[in-house]
Amino acid sequence: MRLSEEVKQIFCEVAELTEIPAGAYNFRVNGKSVGRQSSENIDIKPKTDVSGLEIYIKADTKNEIVHIPVAISVTGIEEDVYNDFHIGDNSDVTIVAGCGIYNCGGENSVHNGIHRFFIGKNCKVKYIERHLGLGRGAGGKILNPTTELEVGENSEATLYMEQLKGVDSTIRITKANLAKDAHIVVEERLLTHGRQTAESVYQIELGEDSTADINSRAVARDISRQKFASCIVGNSRCRGHSACDAILMEDASVLAEPALDAKSPDAALIHEAAIGKIAGDEIIKLCSLGLTEAEAESKIINGFLK
Amino acid sequence: MLEVKNISFVADGRKILDNVSFRLEPGSFLVITGPNGSGKSTLAQILMGIKKPSAGQILFDSQDITEFSVTERAKLGLAFAFQQPVKFKGLTVRELLEIAGKNVEGVLTKVGLDPTEYLDRELSSTLSGGELKRIEIASALAREAKLTIFDEPEAGIDLWSFEKLTDTFSELRDQTKDRSIMIISHQERILKIADQIMILEKGKIKSFGPATEILPKILEGQK
Repeated sequence: MRLSEEVKQIFCEVAELTEIPAGAYNFRVNGKSVGRQSSENIDIKPKTDVSGLEIYIKADTKNEIVHIPVAISVTGIEEDVYNDFHIGDNSDVTIVAGCGIYNCGGENSVHNGIHRFFIGKNCKVKYIERHLGLGRGAGGKILNPTTELEVGENSEATLYMEQLKGVDSTIRITKANLAKDAHIVVEERLLTHGRQTAESVYQIELGEDSTADINSRAVARDISRQKFASCIVGNSRCRGHSACDAILMEDASVLAEPALDAKSPDAALIHEAAIGKIAGDEIIKLCSLGLTEAEAESKIINGFLK
Repeated sequence: MLEVKNISFVADGRKILDNVSFRLEPGSFLVITGPNGSGKSTLAQILMGIKKPSAGQILFDSQDITEFSVTERAKLGLAFAFQQPVKFKGLTVRELLEIAGKNVEGVLTKVGLDPTEYLDRELSSTLSGGELKRIEIASALAREAKLTIFDEPEAGIDLWSFEKLTDTFSELRDQTKDRSIMIISHQERILKIADQIMILEKGKIKSFGPATEILPKILEGQK
């Protein structure tokens, strides 16, 4: 498998891949699969009706990782990709997705990734998704991920979703439907700069005794614009928490629209939102330890987005 | 090592500090006390560069540092423990203390916190006010600075930890010959371990001298 330097860089940054991984994987480059491998427990097949993959993970699969990174390194590509994950009962697996666009041309390159998860009972699923834009062309680097999860009884889904540089526009939609005793934890990290825009939307439906913990931390710089909209629906006895923390720099703006929809008196739902610039006392404290103001600011931002 | 010359500070037309002058020699252990609103914390903040004086001059190791930034003062050997500890979302105790100095585990132990339990905790609301305060003090200790200023270290700390802290201050006094400590405090226990005491009142120095002279007057006044 020959990969260009740009693609290697993208795979390294979005999936921490420097070599072909052991286990199941699919590498998608410029609209085509350039390498695919199934494992004994994880079967990856192309979809026949639309572009994308069917990924079947056998019941009782433990400690396996699936890598499905995507790279676009040419200008003017626009693709919709549908990946469905069917995860058998009692599995404990990690899915490393992520997409990078290297656009040096004048036309937009767009990746719309629609990931659907059908998680069985008693599973532990970790999903890691990093998005990245590179290249100095005038064409946009646009990534619109949609993540939909059906989390089975007594299962746990943990999502790490990160977009830290170079993506001009993104609309991120995350929907989850939790069965009895299911749990979801989301850690989202977003940084926008220049004229970028980012919108992050959550719709979480909580079943009996299920829990949700959604944590979004965002930094908006320059004249970028972000919107965070979440809705946690408590349909029965359940616990839901969402927190949106955003740091504003220069002339950036952030709109937070948190919503809680308690449809049962036993639903305990909490939302926290805080938007503001870096507190002056944080900078002074780090300066008192010997850092310059610029070093202090960088330390605070990097820590916040960890 | 420190020479404060005619420092005044005016805020909202009110004189918070009025022509304050004093000298501090290396190895000093000074406690500044006085009623609320007497200007103690303002003086400490001016020394660290957090506030700019309206008039006056500050010399540190014979160098005029009046116009120096907080960073420049820190690099010269001043350290400061804030009265209100600062929270950082995303920064761990270890990361903060590693910025401050090398002995990260040692300084945590000195303030009564178990490093194995605390080093990887985030400096956020997940820690109690008392824990954050002790970490704040640890971060100042880690600097091993020529002059460390503690602004009301007792505020927000439970009694047991406070006793441990006074022991730590006593050790510091006994162990360091060239380094100086300045503590803003109301606490008798802290006043009792001081070498020198300054009483500030309405922005002026009311008394300043050896603790053996000043402390009996304070204790007499409390009766």
